[in-house]
Amino acid sequence: MNGLRIAVCIKQVPDFFSVKEVKIDPETKTLVREGVPSIVNPLDRHAIEEAVKLKEAHGGEVTVITMGPPQAKEALLEALAMGCDKAVLLSDRRFAGADTLATAVVLAEAIRKLGGFDIILCGKQTLDGETAHVGPELAELLDLPQITYVKKLEVKEGKVVAERLLEEGYEVVEAPLPVLVTVVKEINTPRYPSLRGIMEASKKPMETWNMEYLGLSQDVVGLLGSPTQVTDLFYPERKRRGEVISGSASEVVEKIVEKLKEVGVL
Amino acid sequence: MSEYKGIMVHAELREKELAPVTLELLAGGRKVADQLGDELSAALLGHGVKNLAKELIAYGADKVYLVDHPLLADYTTDAYAKALYAVLSKHKPEAVLFGATPIGKDLAPRVAARLRTGLSSDCTELEVDVQNRLVVGVKPAIGGNVMARIVCPRHKPQMFTIRPKALKPLPRDDSRTGEVVEEEVELSLSDVRVRRISFVKEVVGEVRLEDAEVVVAAGRGVGKDYLKLVEELANLLGGAVGSTRPLVDDGLLPPTTQIGQTGKITRPKLYIGFGISGAVQHTVGMQDSEVIVAVNKDPEAPIFDLATLGIVGDVREILPALVSRIKEIKGS
Ligand SMILES: Cc1cc2nc3c(=O)[nH]c(=O)nc-3n(C[C@H](O)[C@H](O)[C@H](O)COP(=O)(O)OP(=O)(O)OC[C@H]3O[C@@H](n4cnc5c(N)ncnc54)[C@H](O)[C@@H]3O)c2cc1C
Ligand SMILES: Nc1ncnc2c1ncn2[C@@H]1O[C@H](COP(=O)(O)O)[C@@H](O)[C@H]1O
Repeated sequence: MNGLRIAVCIKQVPDFFSVKEVKIDPETKTLVREGVPSIVNPLDRHAIEEAVKLKEAHGGEVTVITMGPPQAKEALLEALAMGCDKAVLLSDRRFAGADTLATAVVLAEAIRKLGGFDIILCGKQTLDGETAHVGPELAELLDLPQITYVKKLEVKEGKVVAERLLEEGYEVVEAPLPVLVTVVKEINTPRYPSLRGIMEASKKPMETWNMEYLGLSQDVVGLLGSPTQVTDLFYPERKRRGEVISGSASEVVEKIVEKLKEVGVL
Repeated sequence: MSEYKGIMVHAELREKELAPVTLELLAGGRKVADQLGDELSAALLGHGVKNLAKELIAYGADKVYLVDHPLLADYTTDAYAKALYAVLSKHKPEAVLFGATPIGKDLAPRVAARLRTGLSSDCTELEVDVQNRLVVGVKPAIGGNVMARIVCPRHKPQMFTIRPKALKPLPRDDSRTGEVVEEEVELSLSDVRVRRISFVKEVVGEVRLEDAEVVVAAGRGVGKDYLKLVEELANLLGGAVGSTRPLVDDGLLPPTTQIGQTGKITRPKLYIGFGISGAVQHTVGMQDSEVIVAVNKDPEAPIFDLATLGIVGDVREILPALVSRIKEIKGS
């Protein structure tokens, strides 16, 4: 095939940030999902956008992959509507409860089965897991070089040049293809699916693969294959509200100055 | 599993010095090691950094495994993962701690996957289950709305990344003694697939945001013309400039200044926020500051729920008045 073979890994996540209160079920010690909308992980939308942009610039094909329950199809449809070409849903009851390693194991096997890619894109991290592990773990399992926190990406002559966002600025790096890249929000502005995109999405190929199809065994996937376990969820101690005042600029400035002296910075 | 012994810390560096988080990891590791009756070691990877071994010992390490190699002069995933994997496979610690920094979070999952073991991210506290010899990671989840305890019961080593500023370093004790073990790891240029071409520094003000004791943060309520005053105030207080996401999205401040869920997590002694509403995506990055001062014209702004001192007022009046008052105090 001409052009780039691109994969983008996305996750459908509960948008806990859109609800007033995050509740813990006292019985199961899990988060209450009821009434919490599901969305495509925000950073993964940047990964989709970058994948589609690379295809537009270099030709090729974008495969979008997710591991999740059947309803994660919605997320795949959104990615197809944004311009991905085909989708694979990795879905099996036995995948449930996976930590990042058990997730990466399933994604890696799917990517091998798909025949490998020139570029694999992931978001830096998810809204619900917030770990930023899956990208590097997947890269390791596939023995690919990884470039994390990418805010600019260019492909030329079988290589990528990327800008990585670090604490004090950014680093420019170069790597050969194939490579795995995790992106930060600075990389682009994700497009909204067009009406035509949405109509075409449902006609694009979408497959669902289970554990047997991937040739994996139960001890490396899902809860059983997860080295880490969440043993407890609880509410943090809330700090007490302090003093709220108003007054003339000079009055409140004196209050601030007092505070600064109290803390010892003045 | 009993062949696994001791707690190890990845000694993260910053330009041939120990990164501040390394001292924090040593303090956390020391506590865990003492509770388990274990030894605390540090993996020191770099080039020409042997002199740092005694510093690691002074801050709590019993032993330092030093891998000195020209290809470890700058951090690269490939070279560091290979060297650290070699040290971990040979010495088999029960638990390994990394900083939840760009380097730690790039390296730890790579190595965890190579070892097929578990990694708990962004812990702010470590507890010990002495009976089961487990290290328990405590971490904020969902933007700090809930807390989780995470363990890795069946795999070794148990791996953790720890948020900078979450733990306090131990006082330096130069009378402490320890052993330095030099490790040979074979590394060649072909091991390093991602090559650094250049680095572009983008810091506003004089202090690094994540190390700053004082953070002066600007939100959308700080008009463009007042941003210079925020920077001036930060410099006057020896602090760093922080921001909310809209200012970064609008290109008014660089991404290195953004505090919050998709920015940086800070824990300064003092945080002063101007014109910031206090959305959870922002507050998750500043709520653990010791003292929080917030200026906002809206008395209902959620930031006031967190503020030690909340001030209802206009940034355009208060900020200039504050800067000139502080200059006056400093001048006299
Ligand atoms: C997935 C996702 C991730 C995000 N990550 C982050 C993140 O990491 N960090 C982050 O900061 N945000 C993040 N956000 C955005 C976040 O939700 C808020 O939109 C943002 O923090 C609001 O910034 P703000 O307080 O500056 O602006 P606003 O919410 O617009 O608040 C401005 C405030 O200024 C006050 N004001 C206006 N004029 C004046 C004046 N003259 N004097 C005094 N007060 C004044 C107003 O009363 C108001 O309260 C994220 C959002 C999403 C969806
Ligand atoms: N279940 C999943 N299916 C596909 N990709 C995923 C899944 N979970 C995580 N990812 C990818 O890995 C990135 C980091 O996730 P995390 O380690 O959970 O923060 C995400 O932004 C996605 O690109």
